[in-house]
Amino acid sequence: MTKKKSYTWVVAAVVFVVLAVLPFVLPMFRVSLIAKYMCFAIVALGLDMIWGYTGIMSLGHGVYFGLGAYVMAMYLKLEASGGGLPDFMTWSGFDSLPFWWVPFGNAGFAFAMVVVVPVLVAVVIGLLTFLNRIRGVYFTILSQALAMILSVLLIGCQQYTGGSNGLTDFDTLLGFSLDASSTKLALYYATLAVLIALFCLCTFLVGRRVGKILIAIRDSENRVRFTGYNTAFFKVFVYALSAAIAGIAGALYVSQVGIITPSDVAVSPSIEMIIWVAIGGKGTLAGPILGALLVNGVKTFASESFPDLWSYGLGLVCVLVILFLPGGLMSIKDVPARFRAWRQAKSGGAVPTPELGEEGGQA
Amino acid sequence: MAASQHMSRRSFVGLMGLTASALAVSGCSGSAVAQVSSGSSGSDDASAAADGVDGVFGDTIKVGILHSLSGTMSISETSVRDAEVLAINEINEAGGVLGKKVVAVIEDGASSNATFSEKATKLLDSDGVACVFGCWTSASRKAVLPVFESKNGLLWYPVQYEGMESSKNIFYVGAAPNQQIVPAVDYLAEHYGPRIFLMGSDYVFPRTANSVIKAQAAAKGYEIVGETYTPMGHTDYATIINKIRAAKPDFVFNTLNGDSNVSFFKQLKDSGISCDDVMTCSVSVAEEEVKGIGASYCEGHLVSWNYYQSTDTEANQKFVAAYKAAYGETRVTDDPIEAGYDAVYLWKAAVEAAGSTNVDKVRAAAGGITFEAPEGTMTIDGENQHMYKPVRIGRVNADGLIDEVWSTGDPVKPDPYLKSYDWAAGLSS
Repeated sequence: MTKKKSYTWVVAAVVFVVLAVLPFVLPMFRVSLIAKYMCFAIVALGLDMIWGYTGIMSLGHGVYFGLGAYVMAMYLKLEASGGGLPDFMTWSGFDSLPFWWVPFGNAGFAFAMVVVVPVLVAVVIGLLTFLNRIRGVYFTILSQALAMILSVLLIGCQQYTGGSNGLTDFDTLLGFSLDASSTKLALYYATLAVLIALFCLCTFLVGRRVGKILIAIRDSENRVRFTGYNTAFFKVFVYALSAAIAGIAGALYVSQVGIITPSDVAVSPSIEMIIWVAIGGKGTLAGPILGALLVNGVKTFASESFPDLWSYGLGLVCVLVILFLPGGLMSIKDVPARFRAWRQAKSGGAVPTPELGEEGGQA
Repeated sequence: MAASQHMSRRSFVGLMGLTASALAVSGCSGSAVAQVSSGSSGSDDASAAADGVDGVFGDTIKVGILHSLSGTMSISETSVRDAEVLAINEINEAGGVLGKKVVAVIEDGASSNATFSEKATKLLDSDGVACVFGCWTSASRKAVLPVFESKNGLLWYPVQYEGMESSKNIFYVGAAPNQQIVPAVDYLAEHYGPRIFLMGSDYVFPRTANSVIKAQAAAKGYEIVGETYTPMGHTDYATIINKIRAAKPDFVFNTLNGDSNVSFFKQLKDSGISCDDVMTCSVSVAEEEVKGIGASYCEGHLVSWNYYQSTDTEANQKFVAAYKAAYGETRVTDDPIEAGYDAVYLWKAAVEAAGSTNVDKVRAAAGGITFEAPEGTMTIDGENQHMYKPVRIGRVNADGLIDEVWSTGDPVKPDPYLKSYDWAAGLSS
């Protein structure tokens, strides 16, 4: 085990143990909030796979989060309507359920679609872009447009999607009341279990050959291609993987938060997702998890304490982290070394540049 | 290797310590696990119940204020927050409610529906407030509705909306469609002609409002000559203005929201169309928005509300003076601001009638409660928890204020499902 690897594992283990213990000390309301942050942490994990390891920056992951969430919400909404029409369809003048809504009343089908729909969309988008060698900033812009398109589409098709109100007012999940403390606690630990499982899966993947190729694509895609690999397929694979992860996070999110609206899947939430990864430290897997949990925790704390000013404070924190911790929170351990280097450089001593940041990801 | 082992050992000790301390406190009441193992339901947070029942904490009553103080909606919602705070301060100076001081817990909904839902849960569960004054958009109201219903909380909602809702956990202080939209369409059709062009932002309120207007038009023989929606925040109205020009409507019924109104009215004037050529009637443009658009651009156009800053009542003179004294001479009052102010007083009256801040008792006592509001005498309809409100059509003047041109005089009975109109039978079920 290298030093870097074990450091990641230690940070992750500490985070997971703290998360497991929190319901013993916090009231239910706070526990539900942390469950929400964990859903964001799952998204951040998937984003780190494509951004931190493969170098593809997607500013549109709200799309996949949203697709997973909406699929789950359709199931929850149908369960809450008890065989009747969802309320917003009644207002839109529908007499019967649209045919493509019908299968979502089945829990098994809906749960499968939570993964299948985001993966299908990601594979189509991925093949179209990566096979045509669209990359870098062009892909980023495209991904952002995708988020915009989805939110406009959701608002425009009010009779099918609930429009800007989104889908809300759910009752039960598999017959268990979503409002019951026991259900909430069960969902909390389910979310934690999913987070740990996906962390292990991602860690496993980046340690395999496929992980090495992803990193190689990030560092020099042309060289990888010249060695005979079809990089497009690897990129489609990792893009679809992160879409599936985001979809699962969306489904867990909507079950616990109880609402999904187009504005939760639009451009600015998608950008926020990137911020979690950047602040936590990309290319570290544990960092983005920590980043998502801390940024959202601080956000809640700040907005409760300073409802008028909190957004300025949060902005300042982001700027400070980006200026002084370019490797994110995971690079805090490098700060003493950097400080020493800076001191020595100032006093004129020639020093070898210390190994900095986590940009390299895995050793 | 040595470093790694060292680190693992240190963190291992830390982990053990954490686990031990967690287990030691696992019995502490109020924790989520304790709540589940004791079998109490999710609606009642143990810590809140221990400190105060029904929002009463010693000599104070806690109430929540939940508006967007950041994000796109903050420009509208902070003014309503100010009016609610003003009412609370006035009430406290006059001796409070049931002899207790009212303390507001202010939360930021951040123009995000999920945040509204989160903060509503916090106010009811952690703070244990007696009631909440808040929300603006229909989407944010829909987002918090399940929270208030499952925890049996009480929300006072200050904004006109599209109707088709009547929750026992919400008091609707703004207008129902029959107190704003329906009479405005009838008034304009009578005075300007029956050809109507519908234009709105693409979200629930305009779409629902327009489906109401279409049913009304079909029944009354008005003609819809155009219907168009633009995304929230849309700024280019040249195409739509050309459409309006081509359709030659007698009036445009405008349900645009927010910034879009600024662009629409400016571009309308720039293309040489004045209110003499095409009259518009807006239902989301009040004094505050006129200030943002610039009075010169929308002067002469009509709006429909229940209250204007110029409304001539004794209560309004007092209210406008107090609002300006508290927040500055340049501030204006408008319909939602007034409704936010009224909501606090209506809650006070209902609590005093009930003799308690308990939600069920307040609800039971609320029907028939009246308040001398700036807009006139306001009465709570106990059946649907909406308010009796007078309808006023107003015209924007050169100073950016709105002059009343027509009113129903007496308050109109709220009818959120439009049950009293035969033509609306298909709209709700």
